[in-house]
Amino acid sequence: MGEVKLEKFSFMTTTLNDAIGWARKFSLFQYPFVTACCGMEYMATACSHYDVDRFGAGFPRFSPRQADVLFVVGTVSHKLAPVLKKVYDQMCEPKWVVAFGVCTCTGGFYDNYATVMGIDTIIPVDVYIPGCPPRPENVLDGLMKLQEKIQKQKQEV
Amino acid sequence: MVNQNLAEQLGQKFPNIVVENGDVKGYPTVVIKKEGILNLAAALKSDPQFGFNVLMDLTAVDYLFWEEKGLRFEVVYNLYSTSANRRLFVKAQVPEADCTIDSVAGVWPAADWFEREIWDMFGIQFKGHPNLKRILMYEEFKGHPLRKDYPYTKRQPLIGPVN
Repeated sequence: MGEVKLEKFSFMTTTLNDAIGWARKFSLFQYPFVTACCGMEYMATACSHYDVDRFGAGFPRFSPRQADVLFVVGTVSHKLAPVLKKVYDQMCEPKWVVAFGVCTCTGGFYDNYATVMGIDTIIPVDVYIPGCPPRPENVLDGLMKLQEKIQKQKQEV
Repeated sequence: MVNQNLAEQLGQKFPNIVVENGDVKGYPTVVIKKEGILNLAAALKSDPQFGFNVLMDLTAVDYLFWEEKGLRFEVVYNLYSTSANRRLFVKAQVPEADCTIDSVAGVWPAADWFEREIWDMFGIQFKGHPNLKRILMYEEFKGHPLRKDYPYTKRQPLIGPVN
């Protein structure tokens, strides 16, 4: 029995954690919770010119139960807050939340009786994308930061 | 010129209702006592002399810090006549002590949601409205947010912290 030459075979080594992270970050099913003008910028990002599908996030699901990432796009009012919470609670683990635009990050320029001062007062947020509205490049940058975060985290299975 | 005549005409025809008449920025405007709104509205819509068949907008103004005004609210009716292609503004005076006025939803059906909005934002009650409940804010909300004495940062969240 001679020596086995490993380089003759095509294979790679990794950890299970990294492999799952790699799979998850490139197959993000998003739930767009679109309430306001930021939605236009979200659509621009999703369409062919910027093509969010390059990042494996091109498949919006309109049921929270089938989604991995909750994109909260636009101003959230106090009247709507319980709905957002409910949508978040309906999503299956693992799940992530992206706050898209300043209104979802901090309330933006709204400082009044009607507006929630940042969705992180209601649900946990993973990535904040500021801007009023954010440019598609900015959104893609946020998406890549989310992918980085998913790759690095401990994968619960 | 035609506009001037319209406001004056209304002042002569309804001397007990119209308090003030004139032109505001080129549009005929009449200020009225709130008790007369139903009579005036019916006449403005059905009398072919006026023919104001469209209620373009219906809103209110809070004059809380406007001392020379001497009253709290004005309900503003923005009318348009498609046959004569002209507009008319009717302002009804509503004092704070008696925050009610007759509903014109029976005259112009468009008034239904406008009146609900005014009730929601200013707390002016419309007598005879078919379904006077909040239209924008949630039922749990206390107070009327567009009143000048509502603290503009006061929040009443359904869930989550107050700020």
